[in-house]
Formats: sequence, C-alpha cells, structure tokens
Amino acid sequence: MNDALDVALRLVVVFAVFLVVPLVVGQTEHKVMAHMQGRLGPMHAGGFHGWAQLVADGVKFVQKEDVVPAEADRRIFQLAPAVALLPYLLVLVAIPIGPGEGAVGQVVDAGIFFVLAVMGVGVLGSLMAGWASANKFSLLGGLRTAAQLLAYELPMLLAAASVAMAAGTVSLPGIVGAFEWWWLPWQIVGALVFFVAGLAELQRPPFDMPVADSEIIFGAYTEYTGLRFALFLLAEYAGIVVLCGLTTVLFLGGWHGPFGADGLGWVWTLLKTAVLAFVVIWLRVSYPRLREDQLQKLAWTTLIPLALAQIALTGIVKVAIA
Amino acid sequence: MTFAATVATAATAATATSTHPAAPAAGPGFLSPTGVEIAFVLVGLVTFGAALVTVTTRQLVHAALWLVVALGGLAVEYLLLTAEFIAWVQVLIYLGSVVVLLLFGLMLTKAPVGRSPDADSGNRPAALAVAVAAAAALVWVVVDAFRTTWIDLGGPAQGSTEVTGRMLFQNWVLPFEALSVLLLAALVGAVVLSRKRGASDGGHGSDKERQR
Repeated sequence: MNDALDVALRLVVVFAVFLVVPLVVGQTEHKVMAHMQGRLGPMHAGGFHGWAQLVADGVKFVQKEDVVPAEADRRIFQLAPAVALLPYLLVLVAIPIGPGEGAVGQVVDAGIFFVLAVMGVGVLGSLMAGWASANKFSLLGGLRTAAQLLAYELPMLLAAASVAMAAGTVSLPGIVGAFEWWWLPWQIVGALVFFVAGLAELQRPPFDMPVADSEIIFGAYTEYTGLRFALFLLAEYAGIVVLCGLTTVLFLGGWHGPFGADGLGWVWTLLKTAVLAFVVIWLRVSYPRLREDQLQKLAWTTLIPLALAQIALTGIVKVAIA
Repeated sequence: MTFAATVATAATAATATSTHPAAPAAGPGFLSPTGVEIAFVLVGLVTFGAALVTVTTRQLVHAALWLVVALGGLAVEYLLLTAEFIAWVQVLIYLGSVVVLLLFGLMLTKAPVGRSPDADSGNRPAALAVAVAAAAALVWVVVDAFRTTWIDLGGPAQGSTEVTGRMLFQNWVLPFEALSVLLLAALVGAVVLSRKRGASDGGHGSDKERQR
C-alpha cells in the first residue's frame, strides 16, 4: 500500500510540474520577447505585470467552440493533440532534478533511450493533425514536420550517445552522477548539436518552417480551435521544458554546481533549465526563420558530422584516460 | 526499481496473484498464470488485432497508425519480458522513425481522407498463405527453442542494457558486425542511386537550357 501511495504521489507531483512549468515558460516568453522588442507585453490580467495572462488565455480557449472540419478524419483529428502532448508528460517522469531516488519521478534503466524514443513519438501527433485536417496547408505543415524530424533525430541521438559513452551508462541519474566539471569543454560540441537538434524537433524558431505563419498559416494546427489548439501549444512549451531539462542533465551536470549545500542540488538543475529556456526564447526573437533547404543542409552537412566528430573525440579521450 | 519491475509489480497487484514466481523446483505451470503472464497475453491479443487491422483496413493512413499500435504493443511485450533496452529501441526506431518515414511517404504520394478503393491488390490469398506459413515457421521455431526456458522476474533484470550489451558484444559480435556492413552497403547504395539520378536530371536540364 505504501508503494502504491509513493507512486501516486510521484505521479501527482510530475503532473503538477507538467501543468505549471510550461505556463511559466510561456509567460516568460511573453515578457522577455516584449522587453527585447521595446514593448511591455501583457500588463493587465491578474494585476501585477499581467502574471495571469496565460490563465486568462486558457479560460478563453476553453470557452471557444471545438470545431472539427466536415471533410476531416474525425477520430484522428481529435486524437492528435493527446498524441502530441502525452509523450512529454511521460518523459518528464524520467528526468532527475536532484541526486537520489526522491528527486526523480521514476528511475528508468535505459533512461536516454526512453526519453529520446518517447519524445520521437510526440511528432506523430503533428503528422496526424496535418493529415486528418484535410487541408492543404495542414498537409504541407505535416510534411515539413516529418522531413524536419527525420533530419534532426539522428544528430540528437548521436550527441546523446557521445555523453552516454563518456559516462559509461545510459541511465540519466547515472550520467549526472558521473559528471565532472571538465566534461563541459569536452562535450561542448555535442551539447550544442543536441540543443540545436532539439530546437528543430520542437519546431521552435528559427526552425519553425512547419508552422511558418506567413506561408502556411499555422501548418498542421491550422484547423484546430479551442482546447485542442491550446493542447498543441502546451505541448510546445512542455517540449521546451523537457529539452532544457535534458540538456541540463546530459551536458551541464544537472545538480552539480560550483558551490551550494547538499540537498540543494535541485536548485542548480532548475536554474540551468531556466537559463536554457531563456536562450530558447532569445533565439526566437533574434534569428530569422530558416528555409527548408537550409534546414536540411544544416542537419545533414553540419550537425551530423559535428556529432560524429564529438563521438570520435569522446572515444579517444575515454581510451586515453582509461 | 526498474521500470520493467514496476510494470510487473503493478500487473501482479492488479490481478491479485502471488508476486513471486513459483519455486524452480515445482516449475511454473500453464494452469496458474501470474499477473505478468496474463498481461502478456492480453497485450499480445491487442498487438495481434492491431496487426490484423493494419493489413485489412482500406484507409491507408489508418493502416500506418494501426501499425503504430502493433509496434507499440510489441514494445510493451519486450518490457514485460524485462528487456527494457530492446523495448525503448523498438519505440525509437520503429515508432519514431520507420512509421514517420512511412507516413511521410504516404502523404507525399496519395493518402485521401476516407477509403481508397484502389488500395487493394489481387494478391490477398497469396499474401495470406505467405503470412500463415511464416507465422507457423516462426512459432514452431521459437516454441521449440524456448520450450522450457522461464524468465525469473523476481531476480535481477535479464534484459537490462548491461546484460544486453554484454551478450551482444561477447556472443553475437560477428552477426552484429555483418549487419553493420550490410547497413553500410545499403547506405552507400542509397547515396549512389540518388546522386546518379540527380546528376543525370541536372545534366538534361542544363542541356535543354543551353539549347534554348
């Protein structure tokens, strides 16, 4: 009975994090983008600097009518947001924020594989949405999503493989446990490749070709309204949290920090994740959208060779210090 | 506590049977199935059903999505057999890449919403015969090979990443290397094919332009 209670409590905590942290990132994005562009951003909802803007947005989305186009494939159209969102919830379960079993939802033996595998499934949601909408813009968005995913999955995996080689384990807590400060310069190329490929997989600017609003309206999500549209947006922000958390855990040493008492390691994890999330927002404001051929070229001729070079470097150093 | 062990425990608790497998001396039997075994059979039935729908449905994209269910079911079966690493690799490669590639191909060609009446060939009986023959051969071989082998779910996981890696690179390293050479050959072949076509197309195009 105690075990069941323990599992239930962990799931509740992970679920709460899943619902709250993406909203915090979204609100930060509103404000950071606004200030970078010389605006104030939302100021009214909730009173103090518009802190409740996303809550108000949520209420608005819930009130909207849930429309399914007449020509659409009804069931798949309705199922797609869940397929896009749920994988990120599952991934969040496996990300450790502190040492010990108390600071991770569930220790997964082959953690890296679990995380990357389940994240890859989320893209099926975009594909389903793009196809089932029976809309040419949506289909184009779906196609671009698939092309982008196929190109960027490989460098992401290779970069993750490099850090797994360095640590000698594929378990996420194991990797952070083995982390030393000099891994940072050693794995920096892998970290950059991983982060960039992750951004592309989330379709965040500058890799937002699949949802390019000036060309194909909103890609695969064009036909969605109300709560289902909000779920897709939530999936994007949950994806940012997961990507930043993973980069922190794999490459930035998770709960290790230059100073700080034992038991406060989770603060370091959250701090690093927050800084990375800020970088994600910053990139959105400062870089123009990449064209489709530029996207493919970046993945196949830059990121994959870099990731392979990183793996070679990891292997050499590993053998040299062994 | 590994994920597989959690799943196994949850399944066992759900069906309210003993957590520990029967003692090796008595030998596990078919008449007193544990929760894991029941879950295994149920997931197997779902996988089988999804696979059947995949090959019989007339809606092409639905077939691809049912394939997702079938391959996902297989991954759950691997999990129940404590082969956690294989399960996640199955999800990563098949659900995350192969099915996405399949959907990409379908969307690029012809995948209308609704039934595709022309998505049928006259080879159904032949396909059925081949499928049944292949299934019979596989079932026979697997049953014959693993007749008396039981996985001890109570002990250390026998399909963890470490065990799988050790097995792969100690006992099966030659097939592994052979497969990687095969894949490399396929990769080189794909590059050669695509380059050749691209070069000749480009050549024709530029010739025509020059003639104009």
